[in-house]
Amino acid sequence: MRNRRTPELSSSEITPESVFLNRRRLLAAGLGAAGLSAAGSAVPSASPMVGSTPGLSPGEELTPEDIVTSYNNFYEFGMDKDDPARYAHELTTDPWSVEVAGECAKPGEYAFEDIVSGFVPEERIYRFRCVEAWSMVVPWQGVPLRRILERFEPSGNARYVEFTTLYRPSEMRGQRSLFSSIDWPYVEGLRMDEAYHPLSLMAVGVYGKPLPNQNGAPWRLVVPWKYGFKSIKSIVKIRFARRQPKTTWQLQAPQEYGFYANVNPDVSHPRWSQASERRLPSSLFEPNRIPTLPFNGYGAEVAQLYQGMDLRRDF
Amino acid sequence: MRAPNATAVAGDRQRRSFGQIIFKPCLALVLSLPMLWLANAIRMELSNPGAALGADPGEAVVRFLGEWGLRFLLLGLFISPLRRRAGWKTLARSRRMVGLFAFTYLALHFVAYVGLLAELDGSLIVGDLTERPYIIVGALALLLLIALAVTSTSGWQRRLRRNWQRLHRLVYLSVALGLLHLLWLTKDGFGEFAVYLLIFIGLMVERLLARRLFTRQVAV
Repeated sequence: MRNRRTPELSSSEITPESVFLNRRRLLAAGLGAAGLSAAGSAVPSASPMVGSTPGLSPGEELTPEDIVTSYNNFYEFGMDKDDPARYAHELTTDPWSVEVAGECAKPGEYAFEDIVSGFVPEERIYRFRCVEAWSMVVPWQGVPLRRILERFEPSGNARYVEFTTLYRPSEMRGQRSLFSSIDWPYVEGLRMDEAYHPLSLMAVGVYGKPLPNQNGAPWRLVVPWKYGFKSIKSIVKIRFARRQPKTTWQLQAPQEYGFYANVNPDVSHPRWSQASERRLPSSLFEPNRIPTLPFNGYGAEVAQLYQGMDLRRDF
Repeated sequence: MRAPNATAVAGDRQRRSFGQIIFKPCLALVLSLPMLWLANAIRMELSNPGAALGADPGEAVVRFLGEWGLRFLLLGLFISPLRRRAGWKTLARSRRMVGLFAFTYLALHFVAYVGLLAELDGSLIVGDLTERPYIIVGALALLLLIALAVTSTSGWQRRLRRNWQRLHRLVYLSVALGLLHLLWLTKDGFGEFAVYLLIFIGLMVERLLARRLFTRQVAV
């Protein structure tokens, strides 16, 4: 019998200490994203984890890097899965500034480097579940979102935090599309307690390298117990709010996409059953279909955030 | 006994130009090209997963077959107007073949969904067929096409007489349902849908105009 009180997945977020220490030494030379990029080539990628895949359930393996970086939904660059990898190089991510606004003590315009400087990226291996019923296992490098947000000293009035993706049609061809009905820029949001949850990550790297543009360079959110569209990419604005933000997909189709968007096999999307998922890479005659877990398998850690809520209504 | 008949057929053949004779096989080849491409992609995929169809090959196969089936259905709808307006009879002789090609792609589209995406999981398929509007309309469109494919033979054409044409007008409904299927499965990026819809509307308007013209002529 498994001890029920031990969070089953806690180890999944934790890279073995030896690897962590090793990485830390490698990263010691530089800090933040610059450090990550300098260390990227020296870090032995995620290879120490392949095979044993610490913390993931038996049989779960990392999704190969080339798939993580070539099979993306990032409609700012086009609707097809390979559009982001094809066109995201058109985006300039340096310099990158971030506007911080709303209910906090330190609003203003910040350079991305200044926000992340001083942080040593941690490695987190997370399941990533898209609302389209496919999923991956991704080794991210990033900073707990809470530590980023605390820099801006949100006030007691901040009940939500809203994130906005860059709007730059000249470099993001999807935003120029005549046939998109999305009202750019892309906006996402979290409740503050969700944002402060230790699993919530602001990722600056993947597979030991700085985030490729198609994965949301220079930084993106990763909220592993929610559908992928919550994990907003290429963030240029953080706003602390009293009221629940109006998020892009919720505005687009409120009956399909909720604000919470917690992974939930019991609440079907009108178009896709959410009871199971195809874990990528799937092969032709073995689609690798596996059951979807409540909260994407992170229920032990996050379920208490939603106590007393009807998650069928607040889906 | 056979000789006069054979001569007559041969004589008939001789009156057709070389272009007319090779038109149909050439068209068949063109209509087969996507299938050949797919067969090759599947062959590559089996020896080297991810090589040809990406990270989610089942989805890619289903989408590919659906897209080409819809395109060929629309192509089939071009044939009558071309005969009417351009007097292109050669093409008209290929109408059944175009329709059957489209049906084949779409039937395989469904088979691929059942086998590659749903993995023959009965409860999943039943759930999809009863709960997902885009799958329901897609399945209805295919059901209509099955009826049309079965009755596409000359025998059925003779047996049904005028009703055959009435029955086969259901292809318009099938295309409309197919377009709805595409619209409802699209999250965003409606460009492709818009192109198909415009083509379909154009073809329908042409038919309405042709019909009015015809009735007026009869009245006069």
